[in-house]
Amino acid sequence: MRHIISVLLENESGALSRVAGLFSARSFNIESLSVAPSEDVTASRMTIVTSGNDAIIEQIVKQLDKLVDVIEVSEITSDEHVEREIAFVKIEDKSINKKMMSEFSKNEFLKIHKTKNNEIIIECVDSPEKINIFLDSVKKIAVKIVRSGTVGINSN
Amino acid sequence: MKQNIDNKQNIYTGAEIFVKCLEAEGIDLIFGYPGGAVLHIYDALYKQSKVSHILVRHEQGAVHAAEGFAKSSNKPGVVLVTSGPGATNSITGIADAYMDSVPIVVFTGQVRTALIGNDAFQEVDTVGITRPCVKHNFMITDVKDIACTVKKAFYVATTGRPGPVVVDIPKDITEDTCEFVYPKQVSMRSYNPIIEIKEDVIDMAVNSILTCKKPVIYAGGGVITGDASSDLTKFAKYLNFPVTNTLMGLGGYPGDDNQFIQMLGMHGSYEANMAMHDCDLLIAVGARFDDRITGRLDKFSPDATIIHIDVDSSSISKNIKAHIPIVGDVKDAINKLSEKIVKKNLKTKNIDKWWNEINKWRKKDSFKYNQGDNIIKPQFVLDNLYKVTKGEAFITSDVGQHQMWAAQLYKFNKPKRWINSGGLGAMGFGLPSAMGTQLANPNSLVCCVTGEASIQMCIQELSTCLQYGLPIKVINLNNRYMGMVRQWQEFFYDKRYAMSYMDALPNFVKLAESFGHIGFKIEKPSDVEPALIDAIKQKDRLVFLDFITDQKENVFPMIATGEAHNKMILS
Repeated sequence: MRHIISVLLENESGALSRVAGLFSARSFNIESLSVAPSEDVTASRMTIVTSGNDAIIEQIVKQLDKLVDVIEVSEITSDEHVEREIAFVKIEDKSINKKMMSEFSKNEFLKIHKTKNNEIIIECVDSPEKINIFLDSVKKIAVKIVRSGTVGINSN
Repeated sequence: MKQNIDNKQNIYTGAEIFVKCLEAEGIDLIFGYPGGAVLHIYDALYKQSKVSHILVRHEQGAVHAAEGFAKSSNKPGVVLVTSGPGATNSITGIADAYMDSVPIVVFTGQVRTALIGNDAFQEVDTVGITRPCVKHNFMITDVKDIACTVKKAFYVATTGRPGPVVVDIPKDITEDTCEFVYPKQVSMRSYNPIIEIKEDVIDMAVNSILTCKKPVIYAGGGVITGDASSDLTKFAKYLNFPVTNTLMGLGGYPGDDNQFIQMLGMHGSYEANMAMHDCDLLIAVGARFDDRITGRLDKFSPDATIIHIDVDSSSISKNIKAHIPIVGDVKDAINKLSEKIVKKNLKTKNIDKWWNEINKWRKKDSFKYNQGDNIIKPQFVLDNLYKVTKGEAFITSDVGQHQMWAAQLYKFNKPKRWINSGGLGAMGFGLPSAMGTQLANPNSLVCCVTGEASIQMCIQELSTCLQYGLPIKVINLNNRYMGMVRQWQEFFYDKRYAMSYMDALPNFVKLAESFGHIGFKIEKPSDVEPALIDAIKQKDRLVFLDFITDQKENVFPMIATGEAHNKMILS
């Protein structure tokens, strides 16, 4: 099962290594990990997408909570929540026909950036499932794909 | 370096502040080894007399000594080593303290902050290297942070589930100056070791305790660390429940009490393992269900309701699912259970039938051995050691067969008397941990049970023992083999004894003498007891007793890796 774990941790040097090291040392999976400042300037929020059965997820949460730098851990997928990811797809102009271009332009979740090298960059902000569907549709013509990893927040 | 005596502004160098912090923390003894990055600190130590320093001969010895000091007292162990190799040599000890939850603080020197990351002389990323085997670590990057970091380090190391904390101090920080103020209190929003125990799980546990027919109390090292030995003993006596100890838990329940069914696990007693398998209620107290205890997971206590009390919630349901998890301080939890059972004078079910079964298993006498007239059996030495010390000695141990025999045969009646490397299984632990134990208990008898392979891993510490006059009794069970390796090769590798023979052994008697100690070689069973008595009489001298023992003796019972508790090899 896929789970999103949100971790608030002290903004100390090495805090990221403690979390990453914990996952590798205990053979836990990381599908994606993103870390950025939070509402508190002295703390960062990390969003980890992982997978495992209930016992593994319970261990991941407990082990994270045990880290001295970790202030708060919550598993957000078990309840109502919002999750988003950003993806950039670089495509050469010559690979795109007019019909495709107009479909991209009409899609409210996409933004088009033009480069100086006869390429476009499509920016897509959506749920990971929708991003997967979109990427499937363009993967044959994509030159480069950059994904941010998921961030999420509980919504109840 | 200038020393600021009578300093009105209260301004000191980082090195002086560091030493003042130790003093403020109540630390009067540290173990260490000097080097370039910590020379300012050593200079500051030299100029004062409140904190004394034990000079070891290798940094691994310093950490094991600090562990022995902490495990046999109520104080944390403190280590000071230099950067680079000083730090890397201390890793084995740090990892050992992590596995066995020993409160120690290790201060490592570091190259100057301007040089960090430049591959400077004697530079390693100590914080990075130690991260997976510490409870927490810090690097100090400002002289103003020394006092609060030292305070935090001791707080984290000694509270909750204790463990090692490493503090890395760059050299320039120890020469910078600032005002010295030691914080009175420390609070960390991300670290709250005090846990409120939930009432509902206590009620569930009480209900199970009052209705069970085949209970076992499985008590680990957490009972000793949590200072709950007497509470658990009183509670178990009231209930009349059988108690088994883990390797780390020995002494947490009186070893000569009739309710004690000996150690459990891979080399545990027949009665303990059978009781674990057949019980209907398992009360795990301060234990962590490690693989040497559980054996095959799907056959572990198949019919039992499991109550698990531990201060570390991540230990609960990690290997074995607990039906009734009680997260919190062990002493606190036992007292809460006692309040609802003992104080109300509630009665448990009659468990006479269960005791009859256990007593039948006991009759197998699974730790038995046959001592003939010619060759000394290693178990015989430990039986005699128990007899002549009346079970009152502090026993440290190295790792291997001798460790298991000591655990099986020496009956520990008090906590903090059995000092060994349980989780990490680090050969070399025995002698330096005996030094720390002796320094924490200067008027007590300290014996180091070891083997000819283990003792050579930290043999250099015999020199430290001479320097500080530590009258340790080294009990060397010399079978000319790495006994436990040989045993596994005999059982599981068709007797192909690859590299397990200790060829070209030193003459241990002469070796001990060359270090300035007394050495004896004992080859006859009839000489075992007199040799022990004579050695103990040497109150001021280290005595090295080299017992030449049976080469082929094996540790029984044994549960092979991945087998169930009721599948023991008995002989």
